[in-house]
Amino acid sequence: MNAMSNLIEKMTRVLTELRQPGKGSSMLVGVLLATTLAMSAANLLLPADSAFYVSTYTITLMGKYLCFAMLAMAVDIIWGYCGILSLGHGAFFALGGYGMGMYLMRQIGDRGVYGNPDLPDFMVFLNWQELPWYWFGMDQFWFAVLMALAIPGLLAFVFGWLAFRSRVTGVYLSIMTQALTYALMLAFFRNEMGFGGNNGLTDFKDILGFDLQADATRVALLLVTTLLLVIAFITSRAIVQSRLGRVIVAVRDAEARARFLGYRTERYKVWLFVYSALIAAVAGMLYVPQVGIINPGEFSPLNSIEVVVWVAVGGRGTLYGAIVGALLVNYAKTRFTAIMPDGWLFALGALFVIVTVYLPQGLAGLLQRFGRSESVQAARREEDAGSDSGISTREVNA
Amino acid sequence: MKQFLRSVSLVLTCLLVVLSTGSALAQSQAVPPAVEEVLQKLPEASLRETGELVQQLEQVGGAEMRPLFETMLAGDLYFHKTSGELMAVQKNIAGELIGRDVFTGAELGVQGRRDIKKIRVNNRLRGQLRDAIGRIDLLHGSEAEKRTAVLAILDDLSANNLSLLQSAADVGVSKSVGDLIELANAMVRLRDGSTTDDRLAAIALMDDRLEAPVRNQLRRLVDDENEQDAAVKAAAQEALENITERIEFYGQMEQLFFGLSLGSVLLLAAIGLAITFGVMGVINMAHGEMIMLGAYTTYVIQQLMPASIEYSLLVAVPAAFLVSGSVGVLIERGVIRHLQGRPLETLLATFGISLILQQAVRSIFSPLNMQVVTPEWMSGSLAINPVFSVTYNRLYILLFALAVFVTLLTILKKSSLGLNVRAVSQNRDMAKAMGVRTEMVDAMTFGLGSGIAGVAGVALSQLTNVGPNLGQSYIIDSFMVVVFGGVGNLLGTLVGGFSLGVANKFLEPATGAVLANIIVLVCLILFIQKRPKGLFPQRGRAAE
Repeated sequence: MNAMSNLIEKMTRVLTELRQPGKGSSMLVGVLLATTLAMSAANLLLPADSAFYVSTYTITLMGKYLCFAMLAMAVDIIWGYCGILSLGHGAFFALGGYGMGMYLMRQIGDRGVYGNPDLPDFMVFLNWQELPWYWFGMDQFWFAVLMALAIPGLLAFVFGWLAFRSRVTGVYLSIMTQALTYALMLAFFRNEMGFGGNNGLTDFKDILGFDLQADATRVALLLVTTLLLVIAFITSRAIVQSRLGRVIVAVRDAEARARFLGYRTERYKVWLFVYSALIAAVAGMLYVPQVGIINPGEFSPLNSIEVVVWVAVGGRGTLYGAIVGALLVNYAKTRFTAIMPDGWLFALGALFVIVTVYLPQGLAGLLQRFGRSESVQAARREEDAGSDSGISTREVNA
Repeated sequence: MKQFLRSVSLVLTCLLVVLSTGSALAQSQAVPPAVEEVLQKLPEASLRETGELVQQLEQVGGAEMRPLFETMLAGDLYFHKTSGELMAVQKNIAGELIGRDVFTGAELGVQGRRDIKKIRVNNRLRGQLRDAIGRIDLLHGSEAEKRTAVLAILDDLSANNLSLLQSAADVGVSKSVGDLIELANAMVRLRDGSTTDDRLAAIALMDDRLEAPVRNQLRRLVDDENEQDAAVKAAAQEALENITERIEFYGQMEQLFFGLSLGSVLLLAAIGLAITFGVMGVINMAHGEMIMLGAYTTYVIQQLMPASIEYSLLVAVPAAFLVSGSVGVLIERGVIRHLQGRPLETLLATFGISLILQQAVRSIFSPLNMQVVTPEWMSGSLAINPVFSVTYNRLYILLFALAVFVTLLTILKKSSLGLNVRAVSQNRDMAKAMGVRTEMVDAMTFGLGSGIAGVAGVALSQLTNVGPNLGQSYIIDSFMVVVFGGVGNLLGTLVGGFSLGVANKFLEPATGAVLANIIVLVCLILFIQKRPKGLFPQRGRAAE
């Protein structure tokens, strides 16, 4: 009885919490759209010597940040709302990227160094006679996009289904996701895999017939990225605020209790995991044409864990926090690596430590704390210490 | 009186002469005059003349000439341009050229690059030198040297060499060398023998020998179209199959050894984690960096004591334990303590620490790999038979891993610290209530786990490159080993490490190293889905 009322109390608290950042969210959407539109206009309409001119480099950089923001949001959905800390989301991102990369590779046609109309350069270099079967159809945009979504989605489904059904949780799951992306990295480094080995896929020429180097294409890619990010953001917010979202939060806070109440918790987790993987894949697909290269380094465990720190900095379980965190940390990284390259890893490492020890709710938590009275703050702090890691108190004690 | 003075002055003169030429005399005293005479011709000789001189030296000098020939073969023989003095010259760690007396090994001090000139050798001369050394070894060498010399002769069964073998046998040899000489004779009988019985007897002697020349001769015989004797051919075929079977067996043994060796590396890397993760439940992503710190400690120790590299590892083991252990205690006190009961946050924070440590090492030393010297006693290999040998470094590291494991097990089971650690890991609150200082125990446990990781780093520095990324490459593997074996179970870590190592090495020939690694990883991921608690799950209430 006590447990029931406890759960109800917890749920109502979560609900009020969820409604609150709603205003901030729509503001964020507005700011994002306005900024990218203004940047695009400044790039295309203003002359290059104008004070307000935005260089194409900046446009591409912004596009890259927004892809990262989308990836961070994907991690936030499962970590912040469901307590699944994935240290391998870079794998889905990279798989999506490879799907798009394969399409772009086929678009090069006979403009490659070796001038082979069918085979990409690296296959000619390896003396391959014909295209491997999994490259067929990748010259069609719709098919490539379908594959770039289907493969990561399927991987997430199989992995999640196996893991959640056997109730692998907490750090075990995190380590296994890390092992997954590590295994994929080793695999993609092999030349025999047919994905360009160490060098990956690069040297792209055009997408859907548009020149990738042209300013207009760059701007269009940025706008598409922004649009998709906004759509993903609104969809995700709708999901976490729906009835489904409430069950997911319940799974995060007390999985065993939710299970006893009759919810098939593993199903919720699997589908949320797949959804998150798909968003990561879309981010990867948008990332590759803008950056112009995809290589196995994207699978490295370090990349995936960096995403987690973006979310942690922004504040997890808020969605907009993930976007803000990704933008801020990546901007800092760009500045830092330009000014003092050696310092960046120190700063990143310190960020990990400081955020986890002193700012468990990230910047979003800091913002929310400003607007509250002392008593609410105290209650929050108590909650922080109790069960904010996404693992129920019972499991922590084990 | 006059006589006396004269004799005194004579003695004094002699003394003066001896004193002034003291060092030169001391050097040449070791060498008989006949040899000295030949040696003096060496600096001026052409390559062809050098060959003749070597022949003369072997005749007049005999076994004493071995160090000279060795030095020459290695290309280290120089002469001083002004004094004409011969010396063996080698670079030391600092890159200076150090001269040594060829025969006594006495130091002759640092040599200027321009003052000395090398005595040139070519391939023909090298062959001649090797033969000469072989002859010396066969007649005068130690047991092992005699063996090597006979084995070399098996490849080249000329009449000359056979008579040499005979004379060696006459001098008297041990049983194993005697067997080899007998084998050489059997090979000759098989080659030159006239009767079938004689040759069959020879094959019977060669039947179970693994030496490569035996195999080659039998194969040649089997493939020989001109060979008329069917019985001999059939016997040779059978013997060859026998030998191949045994070689395959030893190939498997070698595979197994490599697997165990990899397993010992995994065990070493994982064993510290088995303490911090398995017993304390703390996810330490900086564990790999503790290993790296241990490896760098080895490097620093070797830089501090370049004169006694042989003992550097013995000093490095406790030093690495202290360095990594104290860094571990610092991390525990500074960060992990504040994240009690929040495993995912601990994971992230320690990952941040690992980045900082990596970058720190990169800034302090360099991003490049460091050169860690392998001491004499760890290099080389132990030949069990001609087709199966194990390298000493892998063998020692295997033993070392087991020793560390046993030590750790003893600490946990027998010491009071171990008792406290187990109590805290089973029920923190109850342990606290019973008066255990849990904070202290936490710090000590974490220090112990990190220290062991540092010790592992000393061992790994002998096998892999010592660079800032050394630890990163082991962290995922170590976690896999611990989870596979069962968290909180040291024995599980042992079994897990060795089985993963062996599985990896047995897959490797079929798939290649990288794919084997991937397959093992994927199998592990699937295995953990099936049995989330690992091979040996902890039982009882404490585990729930």
